[in-house]
Amino acid sequence: MELFLQQVLAGLATGGIYACMALAVVMIYQAIDHLNFAQGEMAMFSTFISWQLIQWGAPYWLAFGATIVISFAAGIVIERVVLKPLHDAPVLSNVVAFIALLSILNSAAGFIWDFTIKNFPSPFGAGPLFQDGLISKHDAGMISITLLLLALLYLFFRHTRIGLAMRAAAANPESARLAGIRVGWMNALGWGMAAAVGSVAGMLIAPVVFLEPNMMISILLYGFAGAVVGGLTSPGGAVFGGFLVGIIENLAGTYIPVVGREMKLSIALCIIVAVLCVKPSGLFGRPVVTRV
Amino acid sequence: MHAPVAEKHLAPPQAQIGGIALSRWKLILLAAGFAVALAVPFVLKNFYIFQITLAIIYAIAILGLNLLTGFNGQFSLGHSAFYAIGAYTAAIMMDGFDVNYVLTLPAAALVCFVFGFLFGLPALRLEGIYLALATFALAIAIPQILKSTLVEHWTGGVQGISLIKPDAPFGLPLNSDQWLYLFTAIVAIVMYACAANLIRSRTGRALIAIRDHPVAASAMGINVALYKSLTFGVSALYTGVAGALGAIAIAFVAPDSFTFQLAIVLFVGLVVGGVTSIPGTILGGFFVLFVPNIAESFSKGLAGAVYGVILLLVIYLMPTGAAGLGRLMTARLAKPGR
Repeated sequence: MELFLQQVLAGLATGGIYACMALAVVMIYQAIDHLNFAQGEMAMFSTFISWQLIQWGAPYWLAFGATIVISFAAGIVIERVVLKPLHDAPVLSNVVAFIALLSILNSAAGFIWDFTIKNFPSPFGAGPLFQDGLISKHDAGMISITLLLLALLYLFFRHTRIGLAMRAAAANPESARLAGIRVGWMNALGWGMAAAVGSVAGMLIAPVVFLEPNMMISILLYGFAGAVVGGLTSPGGAVFGGFLVGIIENLAGTYIPVVGREMKLSIALCIIVAVLCVKPSGLFGRPVVTRV
Repeated sequence: MHAPVAEKHLAPPQAQIGGIALSRWKLILLAAGFAVALAVPFVLKNFYIFQITLAIIYAIAILGLNLLTGFNGQFSLGHSAFYAIGAYTAAIMMDGFDVNYVLTLPAAALVCFVFGFLFGLPALRLEGIYLALATFALAIAIPQILKSTLVEHWTGGVQGISLIKPDAPFGLPLNSDQWLYLFTAIVAIVMYACAANLIRSRTGRALIAIRDHPVAASAMGINVALYKSLTFGVSALYTGVAGALGAIAIAFVAPDSFTFQLAIVLFVGLVVGGVTSIPGTILGGFFVLFVPNIAESFSKGLAGAVYGVILLLVIYLMPTGAAGLGRLMTARLAKPGR
């Protein structure tokens, strides 16, 4: 029983990271109807920036804050420069652009900081949180920061004018434009926020998986799985899905002998294919109906 | 007086470049291509022969992806998985069961067709971006699956499988690189001819109709579900045969050769060569083999950045790829014949 509880809590901790990635993916999906395959590499690059800042002697939390701001700005720049010209382009062009971004960021990170594995500090320290060793300090920190971030985003989208404008732009761009909302800039803002949320996920998971250019690709896969479970049209669902996938991953890794630790990525594959086959709109999403 | 006019209507004059009709140019280029391809193993050094063999293998894999994406409008970011399955099928048969390397190709084709068809079945319910997502997951999961202790007995785990390069048969005076080049080229010619015929046939028109308008296609009586999953199967077959050829040519397979990077490579080749162009895939194959070599000579790991930048340039400036550029040039140069 204690093992079970331990695994659920550890699952919640990594699930929080998946939830952040899922949320970032869904925010962009809502804005432009495309899945951002470069989300993981964007988060990885942000994490490298914060590592560099820490190497230059910045205190952790200063680097943390600065990275969020830099990522936010970079997200906006990417939307304006790379994605805006492809606004009405076919799906293939968008997928190509995302793959291009993924490839450039991955390669640039390897070029600047090389491919060796680096340690990333945890602000919460190592060791268990309480005497009983049920949950580690870093895991507890991850869960609390994730929850704080989610609460802030909830308040932003529910109770600020600009949050409302962003939701309007995502839900119905035409009407939003007629109501005087600058839909293009709302999309850019969505990209900035998604990049910032991703950077937080990257910085929190880096002490666990270690810092290297390919660290985020599997995290992104779990993020996608979370987003698909919750429904690509539902931010709340994506968060729930992220946590759920984290727990499933940990329990399956512990209790299913064949899967064990070494085939965890297949779990994400199975979750994605199963959900897409059985209920493509996810647990909380609305089915997409198109007029022919 | 009226007769010549009527005749003109019956047989419209063909466009010409330099006084030679376009259809004749096609034949000339094809013949020249064959001549160059035949000369390669006897003119170049072994290393370059090997490189060109690999480029042709990539071209076959990209052709498989193009049948799916270009002609049927389905996305795949996971063709590295089918390449891996083809490669491992060949390697396991050669290493574990002492099967002749020639026989591994039909086996790899069959295995990959079945895998592709089965993966295509659920994919039927997935439109566009969802299919890209499912195949993305497949591409990321496959190296880990190959490494797992469950299949380690056959796949050799992380170490992979080492093979022996086949020698030329019937006592032909060729070294193994030359022979592998010729073998690969023959397989490629057969597969390209099949693909060209497939696209020109009734089936090919059905595939294109599904790409352009699925609802209209099904209204015309095309079984969309069947054709979509069959295309997925055939596409996987092409990529799988390429994988098997790759395993034979490199004489080594390991899980880390089939990461998501390989899926990106195939995707880049597709876009650069030109989506919906069969000859374009050859160019795509050469591009993905030689451009990284040039990029890596400046710095390790720079290939990805070069790929990315070129991808963006292609999609902004030349969305139809090199094949589209070729078509544009022909249209500019061609004059209506007299």
